[in-house]
Amino acid sequence: MLVNTLLLALREIRRNVLRSALTILGIVIGVAAVIVMVTIGGGATAQVTEQIASMGSNLLMVRVGQHRGPGASSAAPAFDLADAQAIAREIPAITAVAPSASQRLVAVYGNQNWSTTVNGIDNEFFKVRNWTVDAGRQFLDSELRAGKAVCLLGETVRKELFGDQSPLDSLVRLGSFSCQVVGVLEAKGQSTFGSDQDDLVLVPLRTFQRRIAGNQDISLIQVSVAEGRSTDKAKSDIEFLMRERRRIIGSENDNFQVMDMKELTRMLTGTTQILTALLSAVAAVSLLVGGIGIMNIMLVSVTERTREIGIRLAIGALEREVLLQFLVEAVVLSSFGGLVGILLAVSGSVGLARLLNIPFIFNPGIVLIAFLFSAAVGVIFGYFPARKAARLDPIDALRHE
Amino acid sequence: MPAQVEQQQPPPLVELQGVTKIYGSGTAEMQALRGVDLRIAEGEFVAVMGPSGSGKSTCMNILGCLDTPTGGRYLFKGVDVGALSRNQRALLRRHHLGFIFQGFNLLNRTSALENVELPLIYRGVPTRERHRRAAAALAVVGLAGWERHTPGELSGGQQQRVAIARAIVTEPAVLLADEPTGNLDTARSLEIMELLTAFNREQGITVIMVTHEQEMAAFAGRAILFRDGLVAEDQDNGEGR
Repeated sequence: MLVNTLLLALREIRRNVLRSALTILGIVIGVAAVIVMVTIGGGATAQVTEQIASMGSNLLMVRVGQHRGPGASSAAPAFDLADAQAIAREIPAITAVAPSASQRLVAVYGNQNWSTTVNGIDNEFFKVRNWTVDAGRQFLDSELRAGKAVCLLGETVRKELFGDQSPLDSLVRLGSFSCQVVGVLEAKGQSTFGSDQDDLVLVPLRTFQRRIAGNQDISLIQVSVAEGRSTDKAKSDIEFLMRERRRIIGSENDNFQVMDMKELTRMLTGTTQILTALLSAVAAVSLLVGGIGIMNIMLVSVTERTREIGIRLAIGALEREVLLQFLVEAVVLSSFGGLVGILLAVSGSVGLARLLNIPFIFNPGIVLIAFLFSAAVGVIFGYFPARKAARLDPIDALRHE
Repeated sequence: MPAQVEQQQPPPLVELQGVTKIYGSGTAEMQALRGVDLRIAEGEFVAVMGPSGSGKSTCMNILGCLDTPTGGRYLFKGVDVGALSRNQRALLRRHHLGFIFQGFNLLNRTSALENVELPLIYRGVPTRERHRRAAAALAVVGLAGWERHTPGELSGGQQQRVAIARAIVTEPAVLLADEPTGNLDTARSLEIMELLTAFNREQGITVIMVTHEQEMAAFAGRAILFRDGLVAEDQDNGEGR
């Protein structure tokens, strides 16, 4: 009986090519839209997380002010070198402390100029950021101590100013002073938000303070926690220390922030997640529209189908045989549409992920949800009108107008 | 002895006892049948006639188990159809009845062969035998070579012949035809009537046919006239035409 039913259902699908195709199309669009949107959103979020993870899970960032959601920070007095030294001296279980300050400046070489970020750092910076020098060398201790006019270029800055030439030992002008290029940093590529991580120039911190900023301010202290030690413990220790040093008492709010990777992840993925939610909403609408399409096609064909059911009943089909046929038909169509939608979505997502340079992450949960929703719409609107018709007296079904 | 009497007179193939049918309710109530008594024996060719609204089609639908009577009893081979479930009535249609409709009622966009195969599929006939029997039935109605054509590609007369092939492919006991020639011209109608007569004479299939054309009724051995929901006349034509 099942074989016969399958035969009847397949004949029915073949007989109504257009209706079947439209039903499948509705399911394909719904399933594909949802999967693509969610996959791309998930990929973008995963990329952010991955990039943060590549910075090391043991990194703490001590920043001035409080981060209050995307883009909002409160002003507060800057740190100074003594703060960084105090952290290095008093907090156990840390391997490196890298104070830094930065400013946007135009770097000039010959007739080339390039607006970039100049960071004042010491050699600890390379440790905490896990960054190496490709050509040339790091700063010498003597250069750091004396605040010599030397600099390291990020790959982007090197390319913009020097093209194919070697920049080593050349003089680059940063704002109002010139410095000698001693090295080029290893290329890191784009960050999640399209900002170029290689678009920077490093100078010794003391040089930065004297020649560029003209003050002793430190805006960021990056801290590396020793492998296998609790970052939470280090974090609360630093917080305690900084409150003390900045004379924050009792219930007064901190005017600085120690961020571990969890918080950084939360901050950076905030935007991506909003975007993902938005895309998902759009996708949900496509799914709904696809569902309505399926519903319309199924309901419009009810008259024709009711007569057909009448014919089948008159010929001697049992009610349950007719229903099983319609159910099989709906399931076959929905499954086929769902599969096509999934294939389309997966290939589309892979292509899009490559284009947008984000990882492709297959999310079986959302595939299942999209598939089940479309299939349910197909089955419900294919099956229930048929059930109504199959319960009529055959003659009433035959006469249905 | 009553037992001997019954042996001499087996129960008729179909028997209606005081069958009534009421459509609608309240002021819109319409009494289509007002108590019909009718006995048709195996092998008969009966023409059911009467003006529109006389109840002849309603009676036909009840005989075909397509519709259920409001009152009275319908016995098929002595079995009370009123006591059967929907499924049992469907099985009765499947195994004993064949239908021919005025409007053909073929499945659109489906080949003649597949239309004729349909009742065999429900009977669970294996593929090979199904094809053979369906093709044979089409050949009997003169449509050999037209197996692949869909109803849209066939003339009215051809469509009705496909419908007849579909009705007789299961070798039913009773062939119920509701104005089978109603949509056809005289030449096609006569062809259809020849076919029905042949099935009745050669295969012993009982044919019950509704018609309003005297000319078609003349093929039948017995003519029943309906008027106002009752059997008004019941005459024997002998062997028919």
